[in-house]
Order: sequence, then structure tokens, then C-alpha cells
Amino acid sequence: MKTLILIILGIVVAPFLGGLIAGLDRKITARFQSRFGPPIVQPFFDVAKLFGKVKVVNNFWQVFCAWIYVIAAALSVGLFFAQSDLLLIFFVQAIGAVFLVMGALSTPSPYSQVGAQRELIQILTYEPLIILVFVSIYLVTGSFRIDEILQYSQPLMHKLPLMFIVLGYALTIKLRKSPFDFSTSHHAHQELVKGVLTEFSGPYLGLIEIAHWYETILILGICALFWHTSFIGMVILLVTTYLAEILIDNTMARMTWRWMLGYVWSIGLAMSFVNLIWLYAG
Amino acid sequence: MFKKFISKSRAKSPWIMHFDGGSCNGCDIEVLACLTPLYDVERFGIVNVGNPKHADVLLVTGTINHRNAKVLRNIYDQMPDPKGVIAIGACGLSGGIFRECYNVLGGVDKVIPVDVYVPGCPAKPEAIIDGVVAALGKFEGLKG
Ligand code: SF4
Repeated sequence: MKTLILIILGIVVAPFLGGLIAGLDRKITARFQSRFGPPIVQPFFDVAKLFGKVKVVNNFWQVFCAWIYVIAAALSVGLFFAQSDLLLIFFVQAIGAVFLVMGALSTPSPYSQVGAQRELIQILTYEPLIILVFVSIYLVTGSFRIDEILQYSQPLMHKLPLMFIVLGYALTIKLRKSPFDFSTSHHAHQELVKGVLTEFSGPYLGLIEIAHWYETILILGICALFWHTSFIGMVILLVTTYLAEILIDNTMARMTWRWMLGYVWSIGLAMSFVNLIWLYAG
Repeated sequence: MFKKFISKSRAKSPWIMHFDGGSCNGCDIEVLACLTPLYDVERFGIVNVGNPKHADVLLVTGTINHRNAKVLRNIYDQMPDPKGVIAIGACGLSGGIFRECYNVLGGVDKVIPVDVYVPGCPAKPEAIIDGVVAALGKFEGLKG
């Protein structure tokens, strides 16, 4: 019963939090560029407006994929709030990510196709890193279950500082922020137009936006596991992580996908190995 | 309540798309000036998108001629309703100084319906922002 309440709570609260974070993100970005910026609730206006638009779809598959994407994202956040298994959460969110790519691939538009290919490469880049992070959490705490991880007596950050940075890479890719925004870009006036999102419009774009908020919360939740012992520590950790994320977004230019794959994998794997060796030898 | 929020949101989040007909580039840089930190239209929720499927408001600068009329029509058709069109500058309104040219059809309204006309050669950024706000009036009247 308690689990069910937690799941529902997660599914209802997460999009609001995610939307607020997205709004804050835009506001802070605007301030970095010495602009005033939109109101913090702007993402909600955007999504509400998208839901009010006429549905234009290319094929049924696209609609299906948008729904599966948002359902998978919501479910993974619900499972996270219900303190379920990390691996289960991982697989559920991976299904969502793959369905987004399939939706984009189902249309003949070249922008959508290229965006989908790049999104696939992004998935390929961050998924192994997330798995490595989960495995190292397992090695420290002896469990994949979040409720058991939360029992652990000291912050995971003490044992896995480098893994947190690896998770930071995954977070940047998952949030589609520079320098890793290959498959789409926030302000879609670049070479890809809008990449994976090109062919989604109106309510379906709104659904994808909501799914994105869920994913933000999910990854930030996983970051929060690294300082689960005190609430203040958790909040400080999340705030600094997200601020660093916005700073990186504003100061980095986009590179090529080859660079991303080589750079993120080499640095990510090196850091994981150093961290795990240190965990055992230290 | 939800419907009311949607119709309110329409006015709060107009995503614009910019189409350049045969402009001298004067009006185009004024449109882009609106997006710079000086005018910062993002504070009204205005985002410049490059994709007609995501756009709510189409800004058209420059003359419309036999060549680009098809393109303009195509872009307009790809935008999902509700949508608005703003013609910018003397060229967009009527053809401006290029009016007499053999290839020029005239204003934007020869091809697609226009909601707001922003005169000027070039149109001032303030006037363009005013034009977008006036186009939002059309959205506000719509029921969610
Ligand atoms: S209205 Fe004037 S400034 Fe604008 S495109 Fe025409 S000639 Fe150029």
C-alpha cells in the first residue's frame, strides 16, 4: 500500500518539479547572457499550449512511440520513488529512450532520421556508464534495491567520488545539454532543426517534454543517492550539480559524435576503473 | 479550467518562425535584433524555432515572388493550427521598392492570409514585438 502511494506521488510530483527545474534553467541561462529571461513557469505554458494545438501526425507509430516514451519515463520515476530495484528502473527508462528513437525513425524526414541516429549514439554512450555507476553502487552497498542503499551508513560520495562525475556525464547527455546535444538542441535554429523532435508536433511534442521532465528528476534522484544520509547535503549536492550543468551548457560548444563517444567512454571508463581499484585497494 | 489555462498559455508562449522572402536583409536583422539581449523577447516566452511544425507565429520579411511563393505556402501549410502570420516591412506588406519588378507578386497576403502588418523600411524591433503581441490577440479569442 505504501509503495503504491509512493509510486503515485512520484508520478504526480515529478513533472511539476521537472518543469520548475526546466524553467529555472532557462531563467539562469538568460541571466548568464545578461537577459531578463522568461518566467519560471514558462515550461508549463509551453506544454499547455502544445496540448492545445491541432494534432498533426505522420503515422500511427509516432503517436504510439510518444506515449510509450512518456509512460516509460513516468514508470521509472514511480519505481524510483517506490524505492525499487535500480536495474529495473534502468531497463524501463532504456525502453522509453529506444521508443523515442523509433518514433523519429518512423518518418522519412532527413532531420528526424539524422537526429534519431545521433540519439542512438547518445544512448550508446551513456547507458554503459549508468550501468557502471549502478554496479559500483552495488559493490559498495551490496544491493541494487534503493531502500537497502538508503540504509547504508555513510554517503556514497565518500566511496565513489569519481563515479559521481561519471554520472554527471550521463546526466549532461541525458539532459541533451552542450557539448552533448547532438540529437536535438534547445533552441532549434541549428543544423539539425530539431533532430529527433523534428516530426513530433503539438500534443505529442508536449508529451515528450513531460517525459523529459521525468527523466531529469530520475537522473537527479540517482545523483541524490550519493548523499542520502543528510537532507541538506542532498540538496546542496543537487543544486551544485545542476548549476554546474547549466554552466557547462552555456560555455561549451558542440563537438562531433565521434569526439563524444571517444571522450566520454575513455574518461568514463578510466574514472570507473580508478574508483573501483581505489575502493578495493584503499 | 484546463481549457482556460491552454488558451492563456497560447498568449504566453508564441514560438516564432522567420521566413525570408526576397528581403534586402534590412528587416531580417531587425527580427534577429529582437532576439538579442537588448530586446530579449524570450521574457515573453517567445522562442525562435526553425521548424514550422513547432511554430505558432510566422514572421515573413521581404517580397514574395513567383519562386518563393510555393515555399511560403508549403511552410504555412505545415504549421499546425492555431497559427498567426505577420508580414514585416514595406516589402512584406506590398512589395515595397521592389513592387514593380517583373518577378514580384506583391505582399505576403497574395499567398497566405496575414493577421498583422508591421510597416517600416526596415520595421523597428519595437514594432515587430508589437506585431507579435497583436497577433496574440487572435489566439486569446480562441476557445481552448
Ligand atoms: S522593407 Fe525595406 S528594409 Fe525591409 S526588406 Fe524591404 S527594402 Fe529591406
